[in-house]
Amino acid sequence: MQWETVIGLEVHVQLATRSKIFSGASTAFGADANTQACAVDLGMPGTLPVLNEQAVSMAVQFGLGVDAEIAKVSVFDRKNYFYADLPKGYQTSQMYHPIVGPGVLDVTLDDGAAKRIRIHHAHLEEDAGKSLHESFTDDTGQEMTGIDLNRAGTPLLEIVSEPDMRSAKEATAYLRAIHAIVTYLGISDGNMAEGSMRCDVNVSVRPKGQAEFGTRAEIKNVNSFRFVERAVAFEVERQTELIEDGGTVVQETRLYDPDRDETRSMRTKEEANDYRYFPCPDLLPIVLDQAYIDQLRAGLPELPDAKRARFETALGLSAYDASVIAASRDMADYFEDVNNVCGDAKQAANWVQGELSGALNREHLDIRQSPVSARQLGELINRVLDDTISGKAAKQVFQALWDGEGENNSADAIIEAKGLKQVTDSGAIKAMIDDVIAQSPKQVTQYIDAEPDKRGKMIGYFVGQVMKASRGTANPQQVNQLLKEKLDAQL
Amino acid sequence: MSDHTLTSLAAALKNGDASSRELTSDYLQRIERAEPTLNSFISVTAEQALAGADAADKARTEGRAGYLTGVPLALKDNFCTQGVKTTCGSKMLDTFVAPYSATVVEKLDAAGSVSLGKTNMDEFAMGSSSESSFYGAIKNPWDLSAVPGGSSGGSAAAVAAGLAPAALGTDTGGSIRQPAAFCGITGLKPTYGRVSRYGIIAYASSLDQAGPMARTAEDCAHLMTAIAGHDARDSTSAERAVPDYAAQLDAPLAGLKIGLPTEYFGDGLDPVVAGAVRDAVKVYETLGATVRDVSLPHTRYATSAYYVIAPAEASSNLSRFDGVRFGHRCDNPDDLLDLYQRSRAEGFGDEVKRRILIGTHTLSEGFFDAYYTKAQRVRRLIRQDFLDAFNEVDVLMGPTSPTPAFDLGAQKDPLSMYLQDIYTIAVNLAGIPGISVPAGLVGGRPVGLQILGAHFAEAQLLNVAHQFQRATDWHQQRPAFAKEIV
Repeated sequence: MQWETVIGLEVHVQLATRSKIFSGASTAFGADANTQACAVDLGMPGTLPVLNEQAVSMAVQFGLGVDAEIAKVSVFDRKNYFYADLPKGYQTSQMYHPIVGPGVLDVTLDDGAAKRIRIHHAHLEEDAGKSLHESFTDDTGQEMTGIDLNRAGTPLLEIVSEPDMRSAKEATAYLRAIHAIVTYLGISDGNMAEGSMRCDVNVSVRPKGQAEFGTRAEIKNVNSFRFVERAVAFEVERQTELIEDGGTVVQETRLYDPDRDETRSMRTKEEANDYRYFPCPDLLPIVLDQAYIDQLRAGLPELPDAKRARFETALGLSAYDASVIAASRDMADYFEDVNNVCGDAKQAANWVQGELSGALNREHLDIRQSPVSARQLGELINRVLDDTISGKAAKQVFQALWDGEGENNSADAIIEAKGLKQVTDSGAIKAMIDDVIAQSPKQVTQYIDAEPDKRGKMIGYFVGQVMKASRGTANPQQVNQLLKEKLDAQL
Repeated sequence: MSDHTLTSLAAALKNGDASSRELTSDYLQRIERAEPTLNSFISVTAEQALAGADAADKARTEGRAGYLTGVPLALKDNFCTQGVKTTCGSKMLDTFVAPYSATVVEKLDAAGSVSLGKTNMDEFAMGSSSESSFYGAIKNPWDLSAVPGGSSGGSAAAVAAGLAPAALGTDTGGSIRQPAAFCGITGLKPTYGRVSRYGIIAYASSLDQAGPMARTAEDCAHLMTAIAGHDARDSTSAERAVPDYAAQLDAPLAGLKIGLPTEYFGDGLDPVVAGAVRDAVKVYETLGATVRDVSLPHTRYATSAYYVIAPAEASSNLSRFDGVRFGHRCDNPDDLLDLYQRSRAEGFGDEVKRRILIGTHTLSEGFFDAYYTKAQRVRRLIRQDFLDAFNEVDVLMGPTSPTPAFDLGAQKDPLSMYLQDIYTIAVNLAGIPGISVPAGLVGGRPVGLQILGAHFAEAQLLNVAHQFQRATDWHQQRPAFAKEIV
């Protein structure tokens, strides 16, 4: 039987506000445990939440970025459950009236095809703290669990998709598109390693052609693009095997274990929580007027999709190059800066995606941390474009720029110091050609005797010798041209 | 001392007839003598009070004194007070020392008043008799076999016994007004949002409101001016200017339109209470007011709606008492579930558990719409009843409670206890202000007249109550117990 995979994603995006969603405590990552939790975050008796307006503005910006309806009135609800890292015994979230209504996101797949994924809604909520399961022991040696509430109250935007994805690739493409849009908007740092974006994946399978959905499993906290792909792959296999063996899929919450590359059941339905949602009486509804929404709309930056289209049509990049570069605002900004210096978008794209990305990946650096600035790279490309250096020499110069060499770390100084300037003086090249021909009588004879259509290949030997003699500085096209003239004259 | 009002003490301090230290010491002595009998305080903060009194006296000599500077007060033990035990009358918080002060406590500190201590109360403000406190029942100074009302029974009893000239209470379904009525004092529940809730340990967030409890409406007015106002830390507090409540006390009442809700004079009302209230209304007529009957047709649903909404909010509000970060923690828990179950089973009393169970049930899947959603609809109808009534009359009057104070241990059935609040509960659901003023004595126990006003009409209520107190002397009656403390 042919099976179809159905995937829906719930993406929790940590909003880049300075303070928490309902308190003034800092949201900075990595501080000592419980040093960034104030009385409100600790759920101390008598404390009350006060909504951070920055979180509201960020949620609205996201909604506008995915063409969603923005709710004029949205309401916070309490999601009640007990857990040690949930200080108040409830999470303040938006169950019934979320701030962002239905929207759409167009994603580009690896093969360049486009797919539209519908967004069901997005809502604001507070994060919980963290349980630290490292070994803590009390005075009697009793093992204990530590609680770090620094993260408690960090604002999250939970973005819930429709079950519109049909493969792991589509799911990761969607997640990348969400990542791109939130980083473009500057509403999240998108740092998945630090938990700024976390993903719950709902997966089900059904016979191809069947209209009803199969029973889904929810895979919790899948925290990298690769893990989403792996978790979906594992889950699809598990579910199809289960059904083909005559079993049925149970609706349950599962956990993806990256070490063992598998998903495992977390809790069964018997233990399912009744969260007893009800409107939070400590917070007023969020009421937004059209002027506020319009003002945020006017301030939106160019978003990934628009940027990708412009790169393709106005700058002439391929669909693939345009979508890869536009996927990251930082890369797109860098690319545009390079292009502004050199004026050759194709070259700029090749360098950014080639040498630069390769070097960044090797050293695990973010493009913002690149030791080679966009201006430096643009000037380097200019030296290739004006034939000062060859493409090959340019790679040498790039490495030297990366390593911080040269006076003022400039491309020109490095070219000068390393003697990489191309020889374009035809007199000097002719002299080198004459030397090579004089030293290679055997090869010259072979060239003359060869069938005319074989000579094109044989000239490569002479080009190599001349380039070697020039220590790579001779312009290869020029060498090729002059050699051909010289040898053909001897026929 | 038992005859002093806050207003008279403020005048004595201003005129130099007394120092705050003298007053504070006197009250501390009275508390020491009365407390073994009355049990109206959970914590008496004598040391801090005397230090505060000295600071107030110093401020006065330096010309930095305000109206309340040096005036001793008592606070219900659900107001967080930095560095002082704040228990909410519960074993759960028996060891809880708040690391911050409630906004109203900060405001009183800034105004220079002196806190004598924290008053006893029904556990987590859930109750109408002050019998559910972990620290034991409170006695009514008018009759030691009677309850003082609840949940602010400690504040009411302390003021009635002259252990403090005034106190703060909180009112979620009548918890200021009913004990004020039972103890023969004046108590104002302000409009929801008029006084900040920040730092007040929540019972039912959409209903809770703090307010003054004192001898007279005039005293309440001075306290209101000090504690009311918008607070950026409480999103539900109103952004609205605070009037000088004392400035409007003397406005004449000629032409005042009084409405008597027929539903407040029906079955279940003790005829002697009804008589006292009708007598009080006659006094108003002599002051130039006109009286007419009005109807609040949804009144009979108020108690039911309240006992859905308040426990629902409470069940959620009290989830934070889990033994993890503060409050009672059971010994040697086996695991997290055991920690929760035993800490809460040991820390909460029966009435608190009952309301947590009710609230948890009504919010549950499958019951939510039938209970909570419907109760909120009822709440809107009740509010509309009041809005309609205030289109026709200026204030509403009726009994605060269907009976005078009942005997300790008399209400054994929770339902009959809940019905004690039938005249006060709708006021919280509607969010309007209400005041209870002494209007009679029946068998040695006080009777309260409840006066209700439109949203933010506190100044008018205080004015209407003050004029009554100029014409009558019910508020000047003192229990024998108060006179006997020397």
